Amino acid sequence: MDSIFKIAGLAMTAQSQRLNAVASNLANAESTASSTGEPYRAKQVVFATVPLDSPAAQGVRVTAVVEDNSPLKQVFDPKHPAADAKGYVTLPNVNVVDEMVNMISASRSFQTSVELMNTAKQLALKTLSIGQ
Amino acid sequence: MTTAIDQLFGIHQSALSARAHRSQVLASNIANADTPGYQARDVDFKTTLRQAVGSALSEQPALMRTSERHMHAGGMASGTASAPLIYRTVSQASIDNNTVDVNVERAHFADNAMRYEASLTFINSKLKSLLAAIQA
Repeated sequence: MDSIFKIAGLAMTAQSQRLNAVASNLANAESTASSTGEPYRAKQVVFATVPLDSPAAQGVRVTAVVEDNSPLKQVFDPKHPAADAKGYVTLPNVNVVDEMVNMISASRSFQTSVELMNTAKQLALKTLSIGQ
Repeated sequence: MTTAIDQLFGIHQSALSARAHRSQVLASNIANADTPGYQARDVDFKTTLRQAVGSALSEQPALMRTSERHMHAGGMASGTASAPLIYRTVSQASIDNNTVDVNVERAHFADNAMRYEASLTFINSKLKSLLAAIQA
């Protein structure tokens, strides 16, 4: 029963990392330059199964944070300070709608893990009070 | 020599460990609902329970007996159920090869938790009736 706490804890960590990536992407959806000088690229987390002590129990972990390699957005805006010689501004390849969907999915998965943990806790408490 | 108290809980002792085992598997499925390539698994409950009952009956804890007249410490369940896991059949295939349907898994988990509590209730009421018999 205690490995359920481990599984749900791992899932909550992984989902909050995903939520972090979403927040970072949404915050930088309009940044013309990141700390490296290059325009910001959307970041996505990669989930992988991680085996726990028993073969029945498998958690989840973020193994990598990858950058989206799709082409950056080019917007014609000659008045923009970051515009190039032809008047185009390079904007990040963040798809705001995708990120919102990602956010909702992550928060739903997080909620499910919390409920899982609560159920396991109730069962464990009831088991502890056998015969009382 | 197994006394009546060893068998007081009947199948519910084994059922509890089998249910706890299954809840682990279902929790793994729910945790991996967003992992690409993860295949949802479940246990064959009948086999798991049979193994749990079998291990409860056959496994003797290593208690040394220095005399033939010492009691046998038999009938203790070790609670390790390890029936082979089976994969769930896919109802709606997804593009990342993940076969977890969170709603199905949650329903199974809730059902499993309810049956776990049912076994707990049985154990509790057996204890109560034993206590009533002692105190009568």
